[in-house]
Parts: sequence; C-alpha cells; structure tokens
Amino acid sequence: MTVESTAAARKPRRASKRTSAAKKPQSSEPQLVQLLTPEGERVEHPDYSIDLSADELRGLYRDMVLTRRFDAEATALQRQGELGLWASLLGQEAAQIGSGRALRDDDYVFPTYREHGVAWCRGVDPTNLLGMFRGVNHGGWDPTANNFHLYTIVIGSQTLHATGYAMGVAKDGADSAVIAYFGDGASSQGDVAESFTFSAVYNAPVVFFCQNNQWAISEPTERQTRVPLYQRAQGFGFPGVRVDGNDVLACLAVTRSALERARRGEGPTLVEAFTYRMGAHTTSDDPTKYRADDERAAWEAKDPILRLRTYLEKEKLADEAFFTELETESETLGKRVREVVRAMPDPEPLSLFEHGYADGNSLVDEERAQFAAYQASFADSAEEGK
Amino acid sequence: MAVEKMSIAKALNESLRLALDTDPKVLIMGEDVGKLGGVFRITDGLQKDFGEDRVIDTPLAESGIVGTAIGLALRGYRPVVEIQFDGFVFPAYDQIVTQLAKMHARALGKIKLPVVVRIPYGGGIGAVEHHSESPEALFAHVAGLKVVSPSNASDAYWMMQQAVQSDDPIIFFEPKRRYWDKAEVDTESIPGPLHNAVTVREGSDLTLVAYGPMVKVCLEAAAAAQEEGKSVEVLDLRSMSPIDFDAIQSSVEKTGRLVVVHEAPVFYGSGAEIAARITERSFYHLEAPVLRVGGYHVPYPPARLEDEYLPGLDRVLDAVDRSLAY
Ligand SMILES: Cc1ncc(C[n+]2csc(CCOP(=O)(O)OP(=O)(O)O)c2C)c(N)n1
Repeated sequence: MTVESTAAARKPRRASKRTSAAKKPQSSEPQLVQLLTPEGERVEHPDYSIDLSADELRGLYRDMVLTRRFDAEATALQRQGELGLWASLLGQEAAQIGSGRALRDDDYVFPTYREHGVAWCRGVDPTNLLGMFRGVNHGGWDPTANNFHLYTIVIGSQTLHATGYAMGVAKDGADSAVIAYFGDGASSQGDVAESFTFSAVYNAPVVFFCQNNQWAISEPTERQTRVPLYQRAQGFGFPGVRVDGNDVLACLAVTRSALERARRGEGPTLVEAFTYRMGAHTTSDDPTKYRADDERAAWEAKDPILRLRTYLEKEKLADEAFFTELETESETLGKRVREVVRAMPDPEPLSLFEHGYADGNSLVDEERAQFAAYQASFADSAEEGK
Repeated sequence: MAVEKMSIAKALNESLRLALDTDPKVLIMGEDVGKLGGVFRITDGLQKDFGEDRVIDTPLAESGIVGTAIGLALRGYRPVVEIQFDGFVFPAYDQIVTQLAKMHARALGKIKLPVVVRIPYGGGIGAVEHHSESPEALFAHVAGLKVVSPSNASDAYWMMQQAVQSDDPIIFFEPKRRYWDKAEVDTESIPGPLHNAVTVREGSDLTLVAYGPMVKVCLEAAAAAQEEGKSVEVLDLRSMSPIDFDAIQSSVEKTGRLVVVHEAPVFYGSGAEIAARITERSFYHLEAPVLRVGGYHVPYPPARLEDEYLPGLDRVLDAVDRSLAY
C-alpha cells in the first residue's frame, strides 16, 4: 500500500465516493510499437524490425482497401434490407491485415464476428461471411478449408477453443501456431482469463490478438480494466505487447514475432492492437447516445489506409496506375458482393432438420417427417382449391 | 386511476424507475444499461436520473454480473440485472444454478436472495445466432428459482414490481419481439399475485395455454377459430415456475381440451410438464390428449428459417383442429 492510500483509507469518505465506479486510471499511456507514423513516416523499433519489398507493401495496401470496400458494401446492403445485421471493421483494417498476413497457411485462426479482414487474408471468399448476417445460415464456410474457424458471437468463448487447439498442435509435435481474436470488452469474460491460465500452464502455441477498439458497444475500455490490457499477460506468466493497431507494418511485425515465439515452443503472447472502431458497434447500434463526435475525428487522423498511402506515394513505391487499378478492382468487388448477396436464396424449410447431429437422432427424424407432412398439407389444399 | 397506454418496453422502464424511486436498495446492473439505456432501451434515462451508483454499467462478464449481484443481495441490496440476450445467460448459468438458486436453502432460510435476472428472450426479430432462444425450461427445472414472463404492458409493469419485491430469485423473461406492443396500464390498481395464470379470452370448446410472446398468437388463433364457430379459451400462464395448475385444471375441466403453445422446443419443454400434470389431474375430463405446439429439436435456425420454426397462427389452428377431431 502506498502512503497516500493508507492515509486516504483512514479518512472518512462519503459513501458515494467509495462505491463510485472507478475512474480512468491516471497512469501515462504506454508505448505503442509503431513502424509507420500517422503522417506516413517510417520509423524503426529496436525489437520489431521489418523489411518488406515494394510489392509486399502494395499488397498490404491492396488488402486494406479491398477489405474496407467489402465492409462498406456490407453496411450498405444492411441499410437496403439485404442483411439483417452487420458488424463493421471500419478503422481496424491494419490490425486485421497486419496480423492476418503474419500467418502461415497451417496456422489456425479463431475469430470473433468482426474479423472480415483476417478472413480475407485466409482466402475465405468474402461473400461467404455474409450468409449469417443475412440470416440464411450460422456460418456457412468450412473452417478446415482455410484454417479459419467460424465466427463466434458469444463473447470470449473462442479464446478457450484456440487454447485447446493449440494444446493439440503441441501434442502433435507440429510447429503451427494458433491465433485467437477478441475485443477489449471480451477481456472481462471468465473464459478469456481461463484461456490465459490454460495456455500459460500448458505452454500452448497460441497468440491472443486483442483489438482494443476502445469500446464494447457503449462501454469504454475503462469499464473493463484499470491497467492497459497488454499488461494482463504478465500476471499469467507470458509476455504482452501493445502495438499501434492502425499501423499495418507494426501489426505484421509484432504478430509475426509472437507466432514465431509460439512455434519455438515458448508459449502464448498477448498482443493488444490499440485501434478504434470508427463506426457503430453494429448496424443496430447508435453511438451518438454515448460517444463524443470529436473522438472519431481524432482517430480519423490516424487512419491506417491513409498513412500507408502517404508512405507509398512519398517513397514512390506505387504509381498512379496502381491506385486507379485498385479503384477499379474495389468497384468490381463491391458489385460482385452485391450481386451474390441479392441472389442468396433462403434455405429450404426442411433444412431446419439438417446437421443437428452427426450420427442422426430418431426424435429429429420423427419431427422432420411430421413437419414434411404438415408442409405438404398446404400444397394439397392449394391443389384442392384449384 | 392512472391509466396510460404504453409499450411493454416503456412499462418496464416505468416500473424500474418506480422501483429505484421507492427503495434505495434497488440497483440496476448490466452491460450497456447506463448511457445507452440497454440495447433495447429498457433502462433508458435511469442512469441519468439515479446516477452511476444505482444504475451500473458492468464489465462484459455475465458470471461476474450475477455473481456480484448475489454478493450485493447478501449485503441487503436488491439487484435487478440485465442479461443482454437469451443466449448470453449461459456464462452466468453456473452462478444462477449452483449459487443463486440454492443459497437460501443452504442457509436454512437465514438469508434471502432478492435478485431479478431480466432476460430478453425469444425469436421473431430476424436476429443472428444466440439472440432468439427460449431457455425458460432450463431455469424452471432448477429448484430455488422462480420463472416468469409477461405478455403485455400491464403485466410487464406490475410483474416487474412484484419481482423486485420478491425475496426469491426471479428469472424474468421479457418477450423481446413484443417490446413495442402497446396496451393500457393502470399504474394504481394492483393486480393479482405474480404466479397466477390469467384467462385472457373465455371459451368453451378448448383451452390454449401460452405465455410471453405466444399469448398474442394464441389470441389471434382463438379469434380465427371463432370465425369457424369454435370457442377457444386462452390462458396466459405468466409464470413458468411455479405453474398455476389450478387455473389450467379448471379451464380444462370446462372445455375438455388442452393445447400448450410455446416457442421453446417441445421436447422436455414446459408443455411436457403441463401435459403430464393435467393428464394426472383431469384425466376423466379430457376429450383428447393434451397437444403441444412449439419449436423443434434443432438449434434455433437462421433468421430466414425462423418462421418455419416458430409456432404461428396456422400451426396453432392445426393443433386446435387435431384436438377437436378426437
Ligand atoms: C457473452 C456475451 N455477452 C454479451 C454479448 C452481446 N455483445 C455483443 S458484442 C458486445 C461488445 C463486445 O465488445 P468487444 O469485446 O470490445 O468487441 P468489439 O465488438 O468492440 O470488437 C456485446 C456486449 C455477447 N455477444 N456475448
């Protein structure tokens, strides 16, 4: 206990003071790992150096632009009633593309419901992500095809799955790594704490990638934690690092290093990507109820795409033709997404009874038969009516 | 008399406001309940008027929410906690089932756990996974808990008052797709006990029993059946634990036929319990087996299939016809 806190404890305080919610901690903001400043300047970091070719840099830029275009299209489709809901990643492109491009094909990804950019890096057709938001399925892709697991809506659950999967990888003697994505809000869930414990004591090759986008719906990060999130790891016995989540180069370098550490058998790492959710939590949310307008403006100045573009232009790593071509490619992607979604058929009614069980179930068979007969009775009466 | 027309959402909001106003020990806790007023705005404006010490935005942790509510209740508070959606109660299920439900009995009655757990539940709003489920049977099966669900604004208002005043833990299921349905609420005349069923439509040929979101469907079915000359009585159960079997029994002994309707899967659902007890109590009065209409034994389907899954007018009327055909 510090001198101040003992003295304060002796002083009688108003009850409301004591029960009041904790205010934002006073500690100074910790250092972010940064390799590209918001102004588009390349800077060096002693622990995380990276050397990318012009091609690779343009590739990262392309990934971010197309991901943003896809995301914007999905938001528009929701507004047009084609999707029931959309969770936008606007502002988080660097965190997702940087970490996603650090992965090897044999690594396995456990996303939340917002990792559209990571899915892109894994080669999942983006239109596959839209089925669950349209309401035609609960996932709709084969997780084993690209080692990209299904989205998880229950907050934090997937961090345990990732840990277990990683334990399996280690048992198999493989040198793949596993990455689990989650939000700053999720860090409060028991499952996340349990996954930290398990991964630490079993030395599981897993990287916990927390996108701290400052908000959990209406609740700011201070409602979840009093210490910077990356510092949590220390108490569990593994390293944590905070990276500029709007800097795609830093996200790539830090994630790559954490994955390599996992591969070497040195256990988990917590990466906190410090970023910002530029839009609403989802299309159902209304951030004007809880968020100051100028906050977004401040973060817009740190836009991940803009800063890489500035760098590419300044260093003459990309010419005008590259940007125009990319523009055309974006429009084509948007158009394709629109067409595929509009053409997505509703599921067949009888598909209700599919896939509940791998080995079948007599009760389900009976209910399916009853349902089919009931459906058919409408067809019969329609016939009779003719 | 103070009669006002309001939605279920508004009635709950007004009721919580009254509870906070009358008893300084009442607390509201949950994710986003403060500035946002909850994702359904049920707690809208309450933090502004009662402060952050009474209307508490919690960390995103359901086990934490219910677990700390238990501690607060042990210290004399009366927490009303919000679980954001039905499918997210499960991280808290351990605390609810192993602790909240049993502590009173373990203390030989020496302590009380006046905790209300509010859960917006049920489908029909086109939501993604885990936002449309009806897990009431999972709670009703647990001794020590009471489980209720209003179907209209007046009940929402009064049942919430009664739940907050109850010294037992109450799982308070709110039919989310009915939140915006309006009805008259008399905020002065106190209605009957929390766990009583209410006859919402008189009839003589058959009894429909429902609760929460399905009451409206059953009333529509009864009206449709009336056009075909069938007189259907509708009972709003309001409480799934305990269940007002006396009310169901007397209705069934008048009509001779019973159909139970709920959104939750039929298999091991509350309809099974009702069918078994009523068969035992009223065997010689029944003209037909008790029928059940509800969800299938499948994971709650994606939104574009939920109309097939949820009992609608046709499926209820079909069951009415089948019962009357015996
Ligand atoms: C167990 C559980 N509780 C509540 C919710 C409702 N919910 C969905 S997203 C969300 C906020 C998540 O915030 P965070 O973890 O920071 O991730 P973000 O969406 O900001 O990326 C909440 C409360 C949920 N999906 N699961």
